[in-house]
Amino acid sequence: MGLQGATSMPHLLWFFGIATCVKLLLIPSYHSTDFEVHRNWLALTHSLPLSQWYSDETSPWTLDYPPFFAFFERFLSIFANLIDPQIVHLLKGLNYSSNTVVLFQRITVILSDLCILYGVYRLTKVLDSKRRTLIWVLVIWSPMLVIVDHVHFQYNGFLLGFLFISLSYLEEGRDLMGGFFFAVLLCFKHLFAVAAPVYFVYLLRHYCCGGLVRGLRRLSALAAVVTAVFVAAYAPFVYHGQIQQVLHRMFPFGRGLCHAFWAPNFWVFYIILDKLLAFFLRKFGFAIPTPAASFTGGLVGDSSPFSILPQITPLATFIIVLLALSPCLIKAWREPRPGMVTRWVAYAYTCGFLFGWHVHEKALLHFVIPLATVAVQNVDSARHYYLLSIVSSYSLFPLLFEVREYPIKVLLLLLYSIIMWLVFSAQFTDGEEAKATAPIKKEAGRLELKGIANVAAKKGGFVIRGIEKSYLVGLLVVEIWGQLLHSIFFGERLPFVPLMLISIYCGLGIVYSWIWQLRWIIRSPES
Amino acid sequence: MEKSRGGKVMKDKEEAVDDDPWWWLVHKGIAASFLCIALFALLVRVAVSLHPYSGAGNPPKYGDFEAQRHWMEITLNLPVKEWYRNSTTNDLSYWGLDYPPLTAYQSYIHGLFLRFFHPESVSLFTSRGHESYFGKLLMRWTVLSSDALMFFPAVFYFVLVYYAGRPHGQKTDIAWHIAIMLLNPCLMLIDHGHFQYNCISLGLTVGAVAAVLSNKELVACFLFSLALNHKQMSAYFAPAFFSHLFGKCIRRQNPLLEVSKLGLVVLGTFALVWWPYLHSMEAFLSVLSRLAPFERGIYEDYVANFWCTTSVLIKWKRMFTTQSLKLLSLGATFSTCLPSMVQQIRAPSNQGFLYGLLNSAFSFYMFSFQVHEKSILLPLLPASLLALEEPFLLKWITFYALFSMFPLLCRDKLILPYVALSALFILIYHVPSGRQDRRERLSFNSFVTTLLMLCSVVLHIVYLTMQPPNRYPFLFEAVIMFLCFSQFVVLCFYSNAKQWALKRTIFMDKEKKLL
Repeated sequence: MGLQGATSMPHLLWFFGIATCVKLLLIPSYHSTDFEVHRNWLALTHSLPLSQWYSDETSPWTLDYPPFFAFFERFLSIFANLIDPQIVHLLKGLNYSSNTVVLFQRITVILSDLCILYGVYRLTKVLDSKRRTLIWVLVIWSPMLVIVDHVHFQYNGFLLGFLFISLSYLEEGRDLMGGFFFAVLLCFKHLFAVAAPVYFVYLLRHYCCGGLVRGLRRLSALAAVVTAVFVAAYAPFVYHGQIQQVLHRMFPFGRGLCHAFWAPNFWVFYIILDKLLAFFLRKFGFAIPTPAASFTGGLVGDSSPFSILPQITPLATFIIVLLALSPCLIKAWREPRPGMVTRWVAYAYTCGFLFGWHVHEKALLHFVIPLATVAVQNVDSARHYYLLSIVSSYSLFPLLFEVREYPIKVLLLLLYSIIMWLVFSAQFTDGEEAKATAPIKKEAGRLELKGIANVAAKKGGFVIRGIEKSYLVGLLVVEIWGQLLHSIFFGERLPFVPLMLISIYCGLGIVYSWIWQLRWIIRSPES
Repeated sequence: MEKSRGGKVMKDKEEAVDDDPWWWLVHKGIAASFLCIALFALLVRVAVSLHPYSGAGNPPKYGDFEAQRHWMEITLNLPVKEWYRNSTTNDLSYWGLDYPPLTAYQSYIHGLFLRFFHPESVSLFTSRGHESYFGKLLMRWTVLSSDALMFFPAVFYFVLVYYAGRPHGQKTDIAWHIAIMLLNPCLMLIDHGHFQYNCISLGLTVGAVAAVLSNKELVACFLFSLALNHKQMSAYFAPAFFSHLFGKCIRRQNPLLEVSKLGLVVLGTFALVWWPYLHSMEAFLSVLSRLAPFERGIYEDYVANFWCTTSVLIKWKRMFTTQSLKLLSLGATFSTCLPSMVQQIRAPSNQGFLYGLLNSAFSFYMFSFQVHEKSILLPLLPASLLALEEPFLLKWITFYALFSMFPLLCRDKLILPYVALSALFILIYHVPSGRQDRRERLSFNSFVTTLLMLCSVVLHIVYLTMQPPNRYPFLFEAVIMFLCFSQFVVLCFYSNAKQWALKRTIFMDKEKKLL
């Protein structure tokens, strides 16, 4: 039963087909400025020579993704040109929003999702048919992907597909291919580089082992592969003397610590703490100057946006991310296990999200979607994923701020919560538990730890505990406050409070998830 | 036959434990799977409602959207007695109310909702042709809420009743049936794309059907009368309700009492709904004349029914006066309903009742006066209720119902949702579950069906891409109409034959029980 890859491919395609129908229906929905960003990239890669891609400033939406993504846009622009030449016209295409361009760009996103389809298929090839089905349901029907990619407009499904392919190779033990695909992914979108330390340590210890000579040989093979990928991406720009410009575009540290809408991460609490301290100290009569700079804007001279707490620089966030990563790196160093790679990588993205510089709320996808693939392993992971995915989907709500999309996002979240509840309680019912844990022993790649499985079996079925339940109810309260009560009590005043509440409240959930993942990684026993 | 099926189901069940990809959806019981599917169906509806409505940005008459909005404007701002009467404040030639009073009350309630959030969109006179982002949104939400409050609960009631007496019914099949009923592409396109409130009258009808199946005849009469009072088109089902309930009553101890009880409920409901117009004969007749728009001719556009299709050869409109056409269509409708009615009066059964609904709706669609493309929704409803017994019939009628509305939906710029919802229907119909063979028991010659499918796909493409010759500007519409009509005729004969074949199996069942 377990290894019938070919027989159940239709099931996966079926799930994907259903999702595709919904995505098609969502084509006329709201799209953000990212839509125009990508249209502009189509135009500039099509009409300009390669040497000017990263220096063009016709539109404010300049190219700031790595070269592979630019090549991808160049590839798409061939078809765009066939369909409607105005799409790829550098000047006439500016803010072009006819039906053809919407249809074309939306359909490229829908088609590029085939990448995540293949990725999740590869990643779950070795699992038994039940678990595989559940993972497919969780990943393919993820509301976060629909909200960010198919309404807001981005290509995350495509990029996560590469991550999944890479992870699937690592879990199979084919480390070289895994490294190759990760390098490719980095050349598509450099934000994925947060997991590079994990990859580095893991590949070093797992792949480049077995004696000095063999290790060195393998290390050089790995280095050659990765270098080849990067050369393929960046060599043309080095040749044109553009590499400085490319790097400058890719790492715009001129931006602020937080994005315009505060992503629910650690810095929200830091800012709030600073505000509170300033408020109380002023009450006690201290003269606290009001900072001139804002958190979202760039660094203005030497002025700090904080009144009391120390200033945060990009370097500081970098060090904090590395520090947060270190327990995971130590684990990976001590015992590089293929079965843990997905969790480690997800953990790395969680750290990057919590402590990174200028983090977008969309970066949540980078760890929530991979965690879906490990959620059905045991009841604890399931419970964690249940909470995490609801919180993170909810924290994406402000992205779709128009009234028209309100029922869509609410229904997506409700539907996914119910699906998750059905899926997890089907997988972890009392009677089924013994059965569900039995095949685990056979799976070499994803060997689940016997101890944990037994604990799960004792705990029985999938239940949401009291504290989690009350947290989720709190989410409802936050939403009702933001939608209804705030305007009743405060009217037009304090318009930022509802959004801030969402950031803070969801931040709590994300911090919980970070601690949970960290604990899981530290506690996972070594053989 | 039943027994062999039962055995097969048992075998299926054993296989299902291991190989059913849907065990997670159904393991918590019908209510949980219904909730899940209903949320998905609602999501699809909301997504469809993002698309344009009929007559968007098309003055001066606009389309059904404007009609519904105008009714809200009229009912909200005029006293009840003025609603159906032509006056200086109520110009009946501009989308005058031509549905029964329940629709008017519904418009009034929805009008209150609109006025609360966006008064400009329903103000008297000034709101004519009102089109705005927010106005469209609120109107769409009135349909969505009607659907969620009427059609969805009715389907849930139906599922509970229909599967109550079937211990062997497999859970996955029930879930499939729910999905088929809730995700009917035609209904979603017309209600949430084109813009109408069919979900209300169809929901009431489904509720009535469920009540009949659970032997609550009085409730059934009440609900069906409400359906009739929401859209007079619900009369398509009247022969089936009448014959089934009549057949049941005459088998009881006190037939006369039973029949009069039902009659009283029907009359009472009607009196309740029509109360504001019952004070004078004149008021009553003025409403009634609005409901039967005979002046609009026997058919409109290119509807795939008998009159329109044969009019290519026989010019009905020229040969006969409207008066004789009325009689002609009445006679034809009644005589084609008759076999199905006779069957139900002679041997009323639940299954036969569902077939009866389908047959009488078909007769009305084919032969009654003033039929719309959209009227195909009515035969489609009983077909979807019968989906588990007649999967192929459902598939075929859905395809051709969709196809017959294709020109209409093209005009409404709803091609994208048309494609997406057709794909969704095909996917749901062919859900991978390892039991495909059982569902596809009936299929007439697969070569013929493939050919027909191919034909319709080619026609879709031709219709979209090619210009018709100047001499025959409606050539493609006519061809589509011919194709759909031929299929509907075949299905009509098939379902009539099926209904008459039922009697014997029921007797066989009884004999089996005795043994």
